[in-house]
Amino acid sequence: MAHPRPTPRPQAVYFFGTCLIDLFYPGAGLAGIKLLQSQGIEVIFPPDQSCCGQPAYSAGHSEEAAAVARAQIALFAKDIPIVVPSGSCAGMMKKHYPELFHGTPMQAEVEDFSARVYELTQFLVDVLDLRLDDLGAPAKVAYHPSCHAMREMGVGDQPKSLIRQLAQVELVNIPRERECCGFGGTFAVRHAEVSAAMVGDKIDAIGQTQADVVISSDCGCLMNIGGALEAAQRPTRPLHIAEFLWERINAR
Amino acid sequence: MPADFRASAQAPLADTQLRANFRRAMDGLISKRSAQFADPKEWKDLRSLGAAVRARSLLRLPQLLEALEAKLTANGIQVHWAETVEQGNAIIEGILARRGVTLAVKGKSMVSEEMHLNHALEQKGVEVIEADLGEYIIQLDHETPSHIIMPAIHKNTQQIARLFSQKIKDAEYTEDVAALTDLARRVLRRKFEDAGAGISGVNVAVAETGTLVLVENEGNGRMCTTVPPVHIAIMGLEKVVERLEEVPPILSLLTRSATGQPITTYVNMISGPRRPGEKDGPEEVHVVILDNGRSRIFADPQLRATLRCIRCGACMNHCPVYVRVGGHAYPGVYPGPIGKILTPQMAGLEVNGDLPHASTLCNACVEVCPVEIPIADLLVRLRREGGHNTHSTVKGVNSHHSAAETWIWRGWRLVYQTPMLYRLTSFFLSRFGWLVPASAPGLKTWTAVRSKPRFAARTLHDLVRDEKVPHE
Repeated sequence: MAHPRPTPRPQAVYFFGTCLIDLFYPGAGLAGIKLLQSQGIEVIFPPDQSCCGQPAYSAGHSEEAAAVARAQIALFAKDIPIVVPSGSCAGMMKKHYPELFHGTPMQAEVEDFSARVYELTQFLVDVLDLRLDDLGAPAKVAYHPSCHAMREMGVGDQPKSLIRQLAQVELVNIPRERECCGFGGTFAVRHAEVSAAMVGDKIDAIGQTQADVVISSDCGCLMNIGGALEAAQRPTRPLHIAEFLWERINAR
Repeated sequence: MPADFRASAQAPLADTQLRANFRRAMDGLISKRSAQFADPKEWKDLRSLGAAVRARSLLRLPQLLEALEAKLTANGIQVHWAETVEQGNAIIEGILARRGVTLAVKGKSMVSEEMHLNHALEQKGVEVIEADLGEYIIQLDHETPSHIIMPAIHKNTQQIARLFSQKIKDAEYTEDVAALTDLARRVLRRKFEDAGAGISGVNVAVAETGTLVLVENEGNGRMCTTVPPVHIAIMGLEKVVERLEEVPPILSLLTRSATGQPITTYVNMISGPRRPGEKDGPEEVHVVILDNGRSRIFADPQLRATLRCIRCGACMNHCPVYVRVGGHAYPGVYPGPIGKILTPQMAGLEVNGDLPHASTLCNACVEVCPVEIPIADLLVRLRREGGHNTHSTVKGVNSHHSAAETWIWRGWRLVYQTPMLYRLTSFFLSRFGWLVPASAPGLKTWTAVRSKPRFAARTLHDLVRDEKVPHE
């Protein structure tokens, strides 16, 4: 796996919005873009982008995944960072793209592409050293770390360190927070009952924290956890971290 | 008939006692392991070493097995090769018949489970007594192991107390763990004395010295391998390493990952039968080296990593699926993440091709595997092998091929690689996606416990255009 080269603060970055955000959580994508812009970074959004290809890759259809990946790679040609508001999609682009194109004529190009990929909170903390001024009302929040953010992208304390900067926000830990929420793409349908048991336990654990908001940096988890919270009529509100941070610093 | 994990998961998912037993046990194992690897650098370095030892051993597997055979033979250990389970059982049956053995004691061995050895020997009139406490418990209840290290982990104390009082002669009901252990110990002591043969597994076989290494905590392994006049060790052919100095890192990773112990109570290093003038030890030592599909796995450079496994069980201890369904829900002998890659390769994708799909690819197993097996990548690879016509050596390749699924993914590719089509699709979904009923196929399963995902009225592409975010 290629590691990000030490990046001096760039003037411009690409933004890869992801397909889930595009169709279901566009506010999270826009908030991510605005957070970057607020730091004086020019954000470029190639309009022909669609999906990283992970759904096909995980299902075992790597030709289809590679075809869609190839279409994305061509859109992000400049030598600037590619910021992705999802640990899972970022993990696909950083870890699995080089595997998909290993031994092909595109290998070098893809390795260069993958080396430029950052998960949003990694970029905000590690590269921009983002400082936040909390203007929001007092709130209790819990953070759900996504599996791929942690274990494919190596995201550690960055998201929580951003939340901890907010003066009016109490951050509480979800019991067994590192355990998967049970989404797993087609797994949620193919092995529906195991998935339901996993997300059921997850919303119970979130319930124990009595948090007002559960935050994640991955919309797959949010769709699963948020959907289960809503169906069970639990009061906790699911929110993508970019949207949450943007709300807090703009006192909405 | 293909095994259906989804169906076999239903009963354990609904069994609250079982789920509580697993949750408590796995929580304990996770925290014990993490206490062992508190120093991240030490863990990283040791793990790299362990992975390198296993990978290097596999790279030279044929040569190392030949060297091992030569050295074992020179040490007076009789080496038997079994390509199949049936051959392995026949070899052991032959040894026992020649020695007139009617009672054998057996230490914990997952390979013997793979061979269904107890059943095979019982057919030939040989009584086999499991001497590991966990194995003894499940043998009394006619069960199979639900975990590769802790075979009776699915039972709690009360369940074991009931079982002992029912199945052991003259046993009174007690929930005192020490008393229960003592009860089993007294039964087993007599069996060790009477047995004509002891059967054991092997954790590591060392080629340069011809040594069989066996770790255990109860002393039953020591008894099985030293008290009866015949000792038969069984090993999968992947267990060999080249040098003795490669054993300590493997054992350290194994016991710390498995049970959170820095070392097991007993570490047996067996290097031959009783020699002239020695007072104890078996008269004959045999080792049965089993293939059972391993050489086929070995043939594929990527899937070969499956054979690095040292059977610590950390992957299942950390698996969010395993903790909810337990080991009995899995087809085959090996449950959890390692089972999801090993069982389909051994039995064939035509039988267990669905198993690699029973994972969220959360990578919790990958994170703790002490020999760096890329389990998630191998799951994806096996998903691919099941559905595609590739030129691989995997058993049952392409057996799960579905024309409908292939066309769905081709359609998906067309939409997502063609910007105009994607714009068109997202335009319609954002305007009319809400019309898709919650009872639609797939969505119905999702909405059983979750609300229906709501398409946003305007996509991020739309919002970005409104905000005049630059295109390039």
